[in-house]
Amino acid sequence: MADGGDDADEAAAELTDKQKKEIAKWFLTNAPAGEINYVAKDIRSLLGNDRVYEAAAAEAFPIYNKSHLVALEMPDRSGDVIITPYGELDKCNYFDPRTMQVATVDHMKQVCTKVRAATDEELPSSYVEEFRIALDNELVKYVSETYPKGICAVYCTGGKHVEGPGADFGFAIIISAAKHSPQNFCNGSWRSSWSVDFKDDLQLVELKGKMQVGAHYFEEGNVQLDANNECKDSTIFQSPEDCAISITNMIRHRETEYMTSLEASYLNLPDTTFKDLRRKLPVTRTLFPWHSTFQFSLNRDLAKDLGIGK
Amino acid sequence: MDAAMDLMRRISPKQSETALSALLSLLPHHSADLLSQVDQPLQVCMDEESMKEFILCEYNRDADSYRSPWTNKYYPPLEDGPLPSIELRKLEVEANEVFAVYLDQYYEGGVSSVYLWEDDNQGFVACFLIKKDGSKTGHGRRGYLQEGSWDAIHVIEVGPEEEGTARYCLTSTIMLSLTTENKPSGTFNLSGSIRRQMNLNLSVAEGHLCNMGRMIEEMEGKLRNSLDQVYFGKTREMVCTLRPPPEGVQMRLPESRSI
Repeated sequence: MADGGDDADEAAAELTDKQKKEIAKWFLTNAPAGEINYVAKDIRSLLGNDRVYEAAAAEAFPIYNKSHLVALEMPDRSGDVIITPYGELDKCNYFDPRTMQVATVDHMKQVCTKVRAATDEELPSSYVEEFRIALDNELVKYVSETYPKGICAVYCTGGKHVEGPGADFGFAIIISAAKHSPQNFCNGSWRSSWSVDFKDDLQLVELKGKMQVGAHYFEEGNVQLDANNECKDSTIFQSPEDCAISITNMIRHRETEYMTSLEASYLNLPDTTFKDLRRKLPVTRTLFPWHSTFQFSLNRDLAKDLGIGK
Repeated sequence: MDAAMDLMRRISPKQSETALSALLSLLPHHSADLLSQVDQPLQVCMDEESMKEFILCEYNRDADSYRSPWTNKYYPPLEDGPLPSIELRKLEVEANEVFAVYLDQYYEGGVSSVYLWEDDNQGFVACFLIKKDGSKTGHGRRGYLQEGSWDAIHVIEVGPEEEGTARYCLTSTIMLSLTTENKPSGTFNLSGSIRRQMNLNLSVAEGHLCNMGRMIEEMEGKLRNSLDQVYFGKTREMVCTLRPPPEGVQMRLPESRSI
């Protein structure tokens, strides 16, 4: 029994189901990449109340699936649908632009249960679609060359019904790669999202990107990497094929540059950044002279004493 | 409790305080277990008499007051707060002085505190604490870190002296977080916590402080090294698995140099 057991009992009694649900939801939405099911198992057993758990999970899983860009295999084996706000039609229906299908998903089981063909109203105009398909084709090449487990999708985010030159439209590009290796106590994810704005009046294509990398290693400990970066670029408005190539080149360049800077951050760790927390060896470059501590305590001026001792 | 501990090794170490307080409210019956098994970032308080900061922990706490190792006084003032025996206090004073020098040499800044108390088996327990803020605005000498914290907790149980030797059981925890932030490369944060144990039977000829100090020094060196080489290395490996470097460009592994 804990200290102050009576107070504790009262506190427990005061915690409403709603508060418990909020706590459960916090843990679930903050689970690292690929670990929500483990967190779910833990939190379910801690709550000891399936009704509260189900309520929390029903809210948390969609949030987690969207923020982690979870990919689910479509039942007709036509590919994966990515769970992202850009493809979200409603709570459990997600548009897959490449196959022009709408996938129904079960968030908590993280499976796709059925697909249907998208309606004409849900699809972009053929003018916009031509740009989108060209870009998707280039990106698929880049992503398959670069990320062994990578997936990508291009969504139309604005000007879906633009029929020809004279108006703006925009895309969102999602690139996601995850690696789950629970038997090695290691999980990680790379997520990048790019917004592409085709500005008709300026004849410019503007690109804005956000890259997010996470890794978790937890064998006898808990260490996590959390890195992110944002960048911008632009190119001229050209034919669908030329736009696709130049946009993909900019993304390749920016992501490669970011990977290089991540490497640099790691290389700087041992001898520079980490040193500001704790040195590998004392300033004297010899192990600390514990054996002469008796003398230290006789002398008040310890630092000076050490100077002489060295 | 197992489920709670599993959650603590999954949730980001940066969010460990929120996670712990959530668990405490969810599991009030296990509050003592949780508080003893889950380490939290250390807090400091100013000893107004010596004008030196000291570290707060369960071992120097009584009610809502904490005993300063510098003056042996409780803040806020507390009547009849427990004090170590005169003999143990002597060792505590010496340990604090020496450990402050150790801090200076390895950390180039920060706060240290050592607390001693008698245990039930005629031995004693010592707790050595270090809190370092390695950020540019804190004690970071080199100014590389936007944010950088290192908290070390070393608890040593020292058994009774028998035939000139004593048994030392050390449990050490390191919690750290470091963030670099710059224009082209964005925000890069590594955070973590690890805990290890070491048990040794040692001759007390050179004194307890000497033995405890060497064990802590060795342990800190090992923990720093495994964080650097193993734990950070594994996250880096993961990043390279997600986005392997182009063929032909072999990633250079960080070499371990002596300094």
